[in-house]
Amino acid sequence: MHALPPHIADWFAARGWSMHPHQRAMLDRTATPALLLVAPTGGGKTLAGFLPTLAELGPKPPPGLHTLYISPLKALTADIRRNLSAPIAEMALDIRVEDRTGDTPQTQRRRQRADPPHILLTTPESLALMLSYEDAPRIFAGLKRVIVDEIHALAESKRGDQLMLGLARLQTLCPGLRRVGLSATVDDPPALGRFLAPHPHACEVLTADPGPAPDIAMLDTGTPPPWAGGGGRYAIPAILNQVARHRTTLIFHNTRAQAELFFHDLWLANTDSLPIAIHHGSLSRDARAKVEAAMAAGQLRAVVCTGSLDLGIDWGDVDLVIQVGAPKNVKRLVQRIGRANHRYNAPSKALLVPANRFEVVECVAALQAVRAGDLDGEPRGPGARDVLCQHILATAAAGPFHADDLFAEVTRAGPYTGLTRAQFDACLDFAATGGYALRAYDRWQRLMQDDHGRWRLRDPRSARAIRMNLGTIVEEEMLKVRLKPARAGAPLGQVEEAFAATLTPGDTFLIGGQVVRYEGLREMVVEVSRGRTREPRIAVFAGTKFATSTRLADRILALFRAGDWSALPAHTADWLALQRDLSRLPTRDRLLVETFPREGRHHLCVYGFAGRNAQQTLGLLLTRRMEEAGLAPLGFVATDYATLIWGLEPVTDPAHLLQSNELRTAFEGWLGQNAVMKRTFRTSAIIAGLIERNTPGRRKSGRQATFSSDILYDTLTKYDPGHVMLDITREEAMKGLVDFGRIEAMLARVQGRIDHVPCPRVTPLAAPLFLEAGRIPVKGAAEQRLLDEAANRLMAEAGLA
Amino acid sequence: MNGYDFTLAGARVTALPSGGLWWADARLLAVSDLHLGKSERMARRGGALLPPYDTAETLSRLEDDIAATAPATVICLGDSFDDDTAARALPDWAATRLTALMAGRRWIWITGNHDPGPTGLAGTHLAEAREGPLTFRHIADPDAPLPGEVSGHYHPKTCLTLRGRRITRRCLLTDGQRAILPAYGAYTGGLACTAPVLDALMGPRAVAILLGTPPVPVPMRV
Repeated sequence: MHALPPHIADWFAARGWSMHPHQRAMLDRTATPALLLVAPTGGGKTLAGFLPTLAELGPKPPPGLHTLYISPLKALTADIRRNLSAPIAEMALDIRVEDRTGDTPQTQRRRQRADPPHILLTTPESLALMLSYEDAPRIFAGLKRVIVDEIHALAESKRGDQLMLGLARLQTLCPGLRRVGLSATVDDPPALGRFLAPHPHACEVLTADPGPAPDIAMLDTGTPPPWAGGGGRYAIPAILNQVARHRTTLIFHNTRAQAELFFHDLWLANTDSLPIAIHHGSLSRDARAKVEAAMAAGQLRAVVCTGSLDLGIDWGDVDLVIQVGAPKNVKRLVQRIGRANHRYNAPSKALLVPANRFEVVECVAALQAVRAGDLDGEPRGPGARDVLCQHILATAAAGPFHADDLFAEVTRAGPYTGLTRAQFDACLDFAATGGYALRAYDRWQRLMQDDHGRWRLRDPRSARAIRMNLGTIVEEEMLKVRLKPARAGAPLGQVEEAFAATLTPGDTFLIGGQVVRYEGLREMVVEVSRGRTREPRIAVFAGTKFATSTRLADRILALFRAGDWSALPAHTADWLALQRDLSRLPTRDRLLVETFPREGRHHLCVYGFAGRNAQQTLGLLLTRRMEEAGLAPLGFVATDYATLIWGLEPVTDPAHLLQSNELRTAFEGWLGQNAVMKRTFRTSAIIAGLIERNTPGRRKSGRQATFSSDILYDTLTKYDPGHVMLDITREEAMKGLVDFGRIEAMLARVQGRIDHVPCPRVTPLAAPLFLEAGRIPVKGAAEQRLLDEAANRLMAEAGLA
Repeated sequence: MNGYDFTLAGARVTALPSGGLWWADARLLAVSDLHLGKSERMARRGGALLPPYDTAETLSRLEDDIAATAPATVICLGDSFDDDTAARALPDWAATRLTALMAGRRWIWITGNHDPGPTGLAGTHLAEAREGPLTFRHIADPDAPLPGEVSGHYHPKTCLTLRGRRITRRCLLTDGQRAILPAYGAYTGGLACTAPVLDALMGPRAVAILLGTPPVPVPMRV
C-alpha cells in the first residue's frame, strides 16, 4: 500500500472520515492502465474515481488537461462539478474543474479549446465533437486519465460504441492514457472490462463491498390490482401513505405516459398537499431543472419519474424507492433500489407495485431473483457500424488519415475488436462515396484520397454538417407543446409528431401532470390551453421499452407450473385459476395459442414469453403469413409474454402458421420489408449520415422538400439490395428489435406442441393486451378494404357520392 | 385502366395509380413534379449522398404509364428536373430512356420554379399550355379563369385516421374546376391538403383522390 498524499490524508482526517476500502484500492492502482470499479450506489464511487487525480495533480499542478470525466447525463456533469469543488477547495488545491456539454456557451467552449482546465467533465457526444476539431491533438495533449461514470448504462446503447471509438482515438493522441470505469452492480463485470479496456490489454476489476441486503417487498395495498392496464393508479392511497411516512420517495414508472397518468391522479388524491413533482425526458428543460433544484434542496417529499432519474445523481436524501409496474429486468431493479438510502451501510428500502395481476406474478418472480442475487443480462452485441460510419466522417473532419491506421485504431476499441477489414472498408466506402453499386457521385464524393493515399474531406466546408450530425440518440420527430398564446406561453414539453397528428381541436391530453386542451398546430408548435373538466386522452410519449429478460420469464413460467401459488396474493392466484379453467396456463415446453372474437374483429393470442422484441417479431411474421393466407390482418401488439393479432378473418389453424421452418423462410423474406426494419433503417441512416437530422428550422421551411426515409429504404432494397446501409440495418435489427433468436429458442423448446384454445370471448390472460400501447399496423389488403368502406361512407356523408 | 374517372371542365379524365392524369379523349397524359436528378443535386450541394436511383425509378414509372396509355401528347407540368443543372447533367442512360419515351409523340415541358430555364431536351418548352377546355400550368393561379386548370407544385397528400389506423397517401385534388396533381417523382415529400393555400384554391366540393391500386376518392375536407 502506498502512503497517502498528505493533502488527501489530512482532508479525510479533518472531516473525521475514513476512506472506503475501494477508495483506497483505487489510489493504490493509480498506474493501472485499465480499471473497472463495481460498487453500489452511495459507495463514494465518484470520489473513488477522482482521488487518484487529486493525488497526482497535488496542490500546484502545471497547466494542461489531466483528467477527462465522461458521464451519460449533462445534469451529472454539473452535479459532479459542484461535488468536486468542495474537496478541492478544502484541500487548497489549485485545480480548475469545468464542464462542457451541449449547453455550454460558445465562448466558453472556445476558451476551453485554447486553455483546457485540469479536469474536464463532459458527455460522449461532446467528446466526439471535440475530437472532430483539427486542434484535437493540442486540446488533449498531456491527458493522463479518463473516467467513465455509469459505464454500465453507456454500455447498453450505441452511445457506448461512440465513446469507445472516441477513447481509441484519444489513446492514439495520448499513448499513456489510463482508463477508469465506474459501474453499478452488473451481472458480468469482466465483459464490461473488455468493453472498456484498449484491446488487447486486460482490465482489472475491483468490486466494492455490496453493503447490506436490500429491504424489498411488494406493497400491500389492501385492494387487488386491476385485471388489466398499467400505471398502478389503484395503489395511490397506499403509496401516498408510504410517502407520508418517509422523508423522500422516488416513484419509478416504466414509461412516460404511465408516469403522467399516475402523477395526475396522485395529485387529485393528495389531500395533504405533500410536495410531489414529476420528472421525465419529455418535459421541457426548465421544468426538469426546477424539479432537480427542489430535490437537491430537500423540498420534495416524492418525485414521480422514469429512467431519467435512474442514474446516480445525488439529489437528496431518498429513503424509499417505489417501482410501479413490473421491473422487466432484475439488474435494473437492483440498480433502482440502490437509489434509496444513499448511505453506505444502511440497507436500501424498496417497494414493488405491480400494475395489474399479470405483473403481480412478474414482481414475485423478480423478488425471488433479487433475494437469490440472480442478476440477468444479455451479452452485448458487437459495435454498431452506423456509429463507425459517423466516426469515420468525424475523424476526416479532424484531419486526413490512412485507412490502415484508422482500422488498427478502431479495432482496439472494445466493441469493435471483431470488426473485419471488409466490414470496415464497406463503412469507409459508404462515408467516402455513398457506397452505391451505381457509382454516381465521383465528382461529389465526401472523402477523397490525397497524393499520400490519405483520406480527407473533398470540401472542408462539409465538416460543419458532419459535426451537426454527431451523436447516436435519434429521437422520434417531436413537437413542442406550448400554452396559447404561443409567443407568451411557457413550453410544457414535447409530444411525438405522430401523436400530435391524431389530435383534433378540443381533444385533451396530459403533459407535466396537467390536462391540456389541443387548440391547433402553429409553426410546428402544438398550442394548448388549460383543460379542466374532461377525461384526458393519453399522450403516447416515446419511452424506452425494455424486454423482460429470459431468466425472469423462465421464473414466471416456473411459478405457473408450480401450481403452488401461496407466494401470490389470493386475487392473483384466483385469476390464474380462472385462466386455467377457461383456457390453459402457458408452460415452458408447450405453446399456448388462443383465438376469440371481439368488437367485430377476430383475435389471435400467442403466449411465447420470449420478451417484447421477439414477440413483436413473431407478430410481424405471423401477420405476414396471415396476409398471404387471405386472413386480412389489421395489426398487432406485443408484450413481454404474448402477441395479440387482430384481423378481419378468423384463424382456424394456428399450428400451421407457427411451423418453425416456414416461419424461418418467412423471416428471411420478411426482413427486407417491414415497419421495424424501416424504423431501424431511419435511425441507422441518421447516425451514419445518410439522412441529415431534421433541425426545427429546416422542417419549418416546407414539408414538400422533405420526404420519408421509407422511400429511401424502398429504393435501396429495389435497386441496391447489397448496400452496406441495408446490411447495417439488418445487423442492428437482429440485435435488439428483432431478437429472432429468442423465437427460435422458444420454438425449439416447444417442438410443435402447440395448444390451440378457441374461446367465445377474451380470456383473463389476454385482457391486459388490449390496453397495451405500441400497436403496429399491418399495411396489407385490409387497409384497402377499410379505405374503400370509409370512402363510400365519407363521400355519401359529404353529399359528394 | 385501373384509375379513377372524374370530370374536369367537361373533360372525362382519369387519375392513375401512379399520380398521372390521363385524358383518354385527347390521348393526353399529364405528370407533375418529376424532380429528376434530385439525388445528384443534393450531392452537388454538399448534402447527403442519397441512393442515386431516383431518376431510374421515376423514369420507369413514366415508362409504365406511357406503355399502358400510348399517349399522343405528354405534358410534364413543371419541376421536371430538380434544377437546371440537373437537366443538363442528366446521365446518358437517362437521356436515352427519355428520348425513347418522347419518340413519336408531342411532348410539352411546362416551366416550374425548380427548372425555369430550357432543359436542352427535345420537346416544346412553355410557361403554360392550353388543350381544349384545359389549361396546364405549374402553380395554380388563384385568379385563373375557371373551369379547366391543371397544375402541380404543391405535392398534395392526405392523412386519414380510420378505425385507429393512420393512412397517409399522395393525392390528386379536384373540385371539378381545377385539378392539382400529386408529385410523380420518386424522391418527393408532400404537403397536407389541409394547408391553407390548398384550402383557398379549392371549391367547397373538393375531393382528394388517394393514390393506390385503385385510387380512392375522399372529401378533401374530412
